[in-house]
Amino acid sequence: MSKETKEREPLFSPKNIKLITGPINLSNPITVQVLGICSALAVTAKLMPAIVMAISVMVVVAASNVLISFLRNGIPPRIRIIVQLVVIATMVILVDQVLKAFVYDVSKQLSVFVGLIITNCIIMGRLEAFAMSNKPWPAFLDGIGNSLGYGLILVVIAFVRELFGSGSLFGFPVIPQGLYDFGYVNNGLMILPPMALITVGVIIWIQRYYTRELIEDK
Amino acid sequence: MQEVFNIFIKSIFIDNMVFAYFLGMCSYLAVSKTVNTSVGLGAAVVFVLGITVPVDYLLNEYILKEGALVWLDPSFADADLSFLSFILFIAIIASMVQLVEMIVEKFSPALYSSLGIFLPLIAVNCAILGGSLFMQEREYQSLAEATSFGLGSGVGWFLAIVGIAAIREKIRYSNVPPALRGLGITFIITGLMGIAFMSFLGIKL
Repeated sequence: MSKETKEREPLFSPKNIKLITGPINLSNPITVQVLGICSALAVTAKLMPAIVMAISVMVVVAASNVLISFLRNGIPPRIRIIVQLVVIATMVILVDQVLKAFVYDVSKQLSVFVGLIITNCIIMGRLEAFAMSNKPWPAFLDGIGNSLGYGLILVVIAFVRELFGSGSLFGFPVIPQGLYDFGYVNNGLMILPPMALITVGVIIWIQRYYTRELIEDK
Repeated sequence: MQEVFNIFIKSIFIDNMVFAYFLGMCSYLAVSKTVNTSVGLGAAVVFVLGITVPVDYLLNEYILKEGALVWLDPSFADADLSFLSFILFIAIIASMVQLVEMIVEKFSPALYSSLGIFLPLIAVNCAILGGSLFMQEREYQSLAEATSFGLGSGVGWFLAIVGIAAIREKIRYSNVPPALRGLGITFIITGLMGIAFMSFLGIKL
C-alpha cells in the first residue's frame, strides 16, 4: 500500500453515512441478505434478551470487522476462514464472560445463543464481503450499520411477540386490566417458536410491499 | 439402551433443530430450492454432526469440564477450562468440515459441484456448533447418548430441509403475492411446518 494519502476523506462522508443507513433498509442483513436468521428468531420471545443479543452482536461485528480489516493484507487467502473464526471466537468469549459477570439472568436465558454468535452468518458474511477488502474505519461503520439493521428487526419481532404473547414490554404489563376483564386473552402462540418465523415473513412482506425493488422475480 | 433410543427420537421430532431452535436457518433458506441439492446438504450435515458431537463430547469430558483433567494429575481437580469450549469446538468443526469436503470431492464430484459454496459453509452452520453446545449444556451421560443426539439432530435437520425443498418446488406453480415471493413465503411455510411439528410435543419419552 502506498503511504501517501491523496485527499483525506472526512470521517462522515456521504459514502460512509451510506454504510450505516444502507443495511437498515435496502440491504438489511435479515430480510434481504438472509444472514443471521438463527439467533434472530430464537431470542425474540422477550424484548430484554433481544436487545442484549443485538448489542452483543454489534460489539462482535464491529470489533472483528476492524481487527480483520487491519490484518487483511497479512492473511493468506487459503486459511482466511480459520483466521476469521479464531478472531470471532475470541470476541465472543469476551462478550460471553462479560454477560455472565454483569447480566447473569439474561445470559442464562440466551443459553447457547451467545456461543452461536460465532456462527452467526452476519459476522462471517461481513468479514468476507467487506472487511477483507476495506480500510478499518469503513469496516467499523459497516459493522455498526449491519448490526443496527439486525438489531432493528430483532427489536421489532420481540416487541410484537412480547406485546401479544405476554401482554408486557420489558417484563412490565402494558395491556390494561380492563381489557382482560372484557375477555381479552394473551395469545400464547406468539411465544412459541413457529410464530417468530411467521412474524419475520410478515415483516418481509410489509418491507417489500413498500420497497418495490426488493421483490424477487420469478 | 432405551435412553439412547429416546434421545434419538426426541432430537429428531421434539427438539428439532430447525423448528424448535431455528439452527442452521441460513443454509436451510439458501439451499432449499431443489430437492436434490438439499438431500446432499442434509446428508453432509448428518455426517458432520454425527462425528463432531461425539468428538466434542470427549473433548468436553476429558479436557474442558471442571475437574476433567484429573486423569492427568490429581492436582488439576479444580481446573476449569470451559471458557475455551467455543474456540475448541469451532476448531474441531472446521477441520471435520474440511475432511468431509475432501471426501465428497474425491468420491462424488457431481455432488461436490452442486453443493458448491455451501460445503465450506457447513463450518459456520449454526446447527453444527449448536449441536455441540446443546450437548455440553444438557450434560449427556455417555458417549452413546451424545452420538445418538448428534445423529438425531442431523436427521431432524435433514427432514426439515428436504420437506421445505419439496414444498418450494411445488409452490412455483401457485400465485403468491409479489412482495411475498421467495423469502417471505418460505418463512411462513417454515412457521406452519413448525406448528405441525409441535404436535410431537405431547409425546412423553
